[in-house]
Amino acid sequence: MCLAIPGKILSITNQLDETFRYGKVSFGGITKEVNLCMVPDAKIDDYVLVHVGVAISIVDEEEAKKVFNYLKDMGEVEELETPNP
Amino acid sequence: MKYLSEYRDPELVEDFIKEIHRITTKPWTLMEICGGQTHSLVKNGILDMLPEKITMVHGPGCPVCVTSISVIDEAVFLAEQPNTILCSFGDMLRVPGSKKSLLEAKAEGADVRILYSPLEAVQLAKQNLDKQIVFFAVGFETTAPANALSVIHADQLQLNNYSILASHVLVPPAMEAILSDEENLIDGFLAAGHVCTIMGMEEYYPIAEKYKCPIVVTGFEPVDLLHGILLAVQQLEKGEYKVENQYTRYVQREGNKMAMKTIHDVFAVSDRTWRGIGSIPQSGYEVNEKYKSFNARLKFKIDLPVAEENKECISGDIMKGLKKPKQCPNFGTKCKPEHPLGAPMVSSEGACAAYYHYASNDTDLN
Repeated sequence: MCLAIPGKILSITNQLDETFRYGKVSFGGITKEVNLCMVPDAKIDDYVLVHVGVAISIVDEEEAKKVFNYLKDMGEVEELETPNP
Repeated sequence: MKYLSEYRDPELVEDFIKEIHRITTKPWTLMEICGGQTHSLVKNGILDMLPEKITMVHGPGCPVCVTSISVIDEAVFLAEQPNTILCSFGDMLRVPGSKKSLLEAKAEGADVRILYSPLEAVQLAKQNLDKQIVFFAVGFETTAPANALSVIHADQLQLNNYSILASHVLVPPAMEAILSDEENLIDGFLAAGHVCTIMGMEEYYPIAEKYKCPIVVTGFEPVDLLHGILLAVQQLEKGEYKVENQYTRYVQREGNKMAMKTIHDVFAVSDRTWRGIGSIPQSGYEVNEKYKSFNARLKFKIDLPVAEENKECISGDIMKGLKKPKQCPNFGTKCKPEHPLGAPMVSSEGACAAYYHYASNDTDLN
């Protein structure tokens, strides 16, 4: 359940204040709205590690893609398509 | 494949296996904490590749598995309140309570919804001001920032119809409980990577020192796990007991300070009962005084009797490493993922379910 998946920030969608900073994040084509307040330095095109809708760490792009492909192969991305974390 | 991951490169896997075989001279028992690591070890057949002298024990790092039966009863109680929507991560629905699971409560008419994130529950509260929305906030340190954030969001939106049933558990106290048990078999730990992404590594230094036990912060992929095992065995063979970080691409020694601040804003450390292990002092998070109006236990004045665990389930022995899933007389017969007697058969990260799905009968996992 502590599974976290890296995705790429496409846009910052809502920035009312620190807590309400959200971004659109792409997980290999599947896009989700993600809370960015734990990663205040994250910007568009950064990869972030996302757990239950919250980005918990900024990750190196190359590393992110490596990990992502691995998880994709393992079938873990299905979790993003169903409401089951 | 555009990017061929080095972390699942079969040649690299083979290199690590060879190196582990080469350096292992004595029998060692290692525990991987996290259920995600258990899942990956079993699914990728790594247990079969290790030297016979190395035994992997599957730790209590699956929140679905360690949530006590009494807390499931509390969730069912909340789900059955009038005008209330109980929201939960999907895995929790099939965990048996003392009388029923959340799924059975749902079948009987309770409004139980599966969500991906607690932040979605806050949106639901915003859209349904005439209903009470409760989020079943389970998880380890990894999940705590998101659950805490949901409370902060709801507070900022001045929503008085949102609350959480907190059943958070913490890794370091569980490690100490295992290491201080008279029957302890564990020589070294693979610590849970994503927990350390949040919390960093500081909490582990005193544990490694006190119990003379190597602790290696480890990731989830085959190469990560083998690398973590290798680092732990290297230490054991040399008689060392350090805290090491295998998962450097995601874990910094100081953790994520913003995430820790959010956790401490909303939660206070509390005692917690772990399914199959019992009560561990200061091993969980409860909603703190400042945000007590968001604590479902207080809001709904829950006062249920403490429920007994199902005696047919040996999950406690499995999580302490005293027994393997296939040593349970009910494994695969009376207890299956479709009809679980206990939680480790429910979650895909539970040791029993992982063995049921992935371990073949001709392996030496028995």
